[in-house]
Amino acid sequence: MIIVKDLHKKFGNNEVLKGIDCHIEPQEVVCVIGPSGSGKSTFLRCLNMLETITSGDVVVDGKNLSDSETNINMVRTEIGMVFQQFNLFPHKNVIENIMLAPQKVRKISEKESRERGMKLLEKVGLSDKAEQFPSQLSGGQQQRVAIARALAMEPKMMLFDEPTSALDPELVGEVLEVMKQLALEGMTMVVVTHEMGFAKEVGDRVLFMDEGVIVEQGDPDQVFTNPQSDRTKEFLNKIL
Amino acid sequence: MEGRFDWVGVIDFLPQLGTGLYYTLLISVVGLIIGFILGGIFGFGRIAKNKVIYGLSSLYVEIIRGTPVLVQAIWIFFALPLITNYNMDSVMAGIIVIALNSGAYIAEIVRGSVQSIAKGQMEAGRSLGLSHGQAMRYIVWPQAFKRMIPPLGNQFIISIKDTSLLSVILVPELMFQGRLVASNYFNAVEIYTMVAVFYLAITLSLSFILRIVERRLDIK
Ligand SMILES: Nc1ncnc2c1ncn2[C@@H]1O[C@H](COP(=O)(O)OP(=O)(O)OP(=O)(O)O)[C@@H](O)[C@H]1O
Ligand SMILES: [Mg+2]
Repeated sequence: MIIVKDLHKKFGNNEVLKGIDCHIEPQEVVCVIGPSGSGKSTFLRCLNMLETITSGDVVVDGKNLSDSETNINMVRTEIGMVFQQFNLFPHKNVIENIMLAPQKVRKISEKESRERGMKLLEKVGLSDKAEQFPSQLSGGQQQRVAIARALAMEPKMMLFDEPTSALDPELVGEVLEVMKQLALEGMTMVVVTHEMGFAKEVGDRVLFMDEGVIVEQGDPDQVFTNPQSDRTKEFLNKIL
Repeated sequence: MEGRFDWVGVIDFLPQLGTGLYYTLLISVVGLIIGFILGGIFGFGRIAKNKVIYGLSSLYVEIIRGTPVLVQAIWIFFALPLITNYNMDSVMAGIIVIALNSGAYIAEIVRGSVQSIAKGQMEAGRSLGLSHGQAMRYIVWPQAFKRMIPPLGNQFIISIKDTSLLSVILVPELMFQGRLVASNYFNAVEIYTMVAVFYLAITLSLSFILRIVERRLDIK
């Protein structure tokens, strides 16, 4: 579903991604771990072209993102993204946040997008918050709205960049629960996270990144209990 | 002190001051409407990736910000006609001065407000498949517009007061009319006090309206 070939990304002279190769299969849940500054966010953001690619290829659902024929806006409708800082639109209430893109991009009627939005709110357990503004919600609720907003475009895959890192510990569970549900429904997911519990329980595969390369990957249980690389060992020792 | 100041007699000169008030309001309103449009255009020009658009917008802003309004007024009314061979009437020149001047400051207000909206807002919009233009229109601009209101109100008040400088290019606005009356009838205290009160009435009304707008839009 996603094919990455020899992906390089430079900011000026600073090479942040130094040749990444990976395949992500349909319905797979891939967790990306690694130290701060290793390029996890940059990698994720290259998958939907929030960052321009310096060299290499990213092919999403058969479309090469660096191909000038590719309509990047259309590709992005297939890839939902959830940010660490939620990034809800503060001037719109919850249901309007969810309805905006379906109406403006997919040209779905107001009525239909509202119905779809309400269904998604029910799914993330926030039907009663439809008319509230983001500032009136807890962090966990905001992040669940952000997930619903991304799902409203009916994407084929979802990218999560540390979705629970900005949350108070007691709010992490409710967001992970929604993500777990999504995974069970067969959503293709790439999740940058430090939640090892989630990675073990839900993840099909773990990628360990360091200094712009994928150092090690494999089954979560294997990587966590029996890491092959010294760098992975060192990292896991620090965070566990 | 009895009888030294004739406050009641000022009423006789109200028609002249009224004319002045009319031109002050005319130039302020028309000048600021044009200035708002200029500010919108050049404000976005200052954010543009295109180097030519950015360069021209910056040039305009820097020239206006770097020179006094008085010099701009005199240059447009006395110097420009010598270059273009076209004599402008003073009211027209006054409107141009206020429009060009406020336009540059409003451009900076627009730029600052748009840039103050966190990058994550644009990114969230783009990640949902909105085009740059759509994300600007539905996400960034509405938030930026709210933030623009207080500094915009401030600029409106400054520009209204700046119209008083147009008396030097013979615009028959409030200050010009006041000076005319005062120098003919030697009642400077009464007349200039009235002139000041008129300006205050305009700016206080504007402040009042702005406060209502801010409350309506719930701007902290
Ligand atoms: N827009 C940018 N301009 C310049 N440098 C950047 C930019 N974005 C990221 N970088 C640099 O790229 C490197 C990798 O950043 P990235 O955010 O991908 O790391 P990360 O693995 O997500 O880290 P964290 O765990 O802290 O989120 C860092 O050194 C960062 O300073
Ligand atoms: Mg990151």
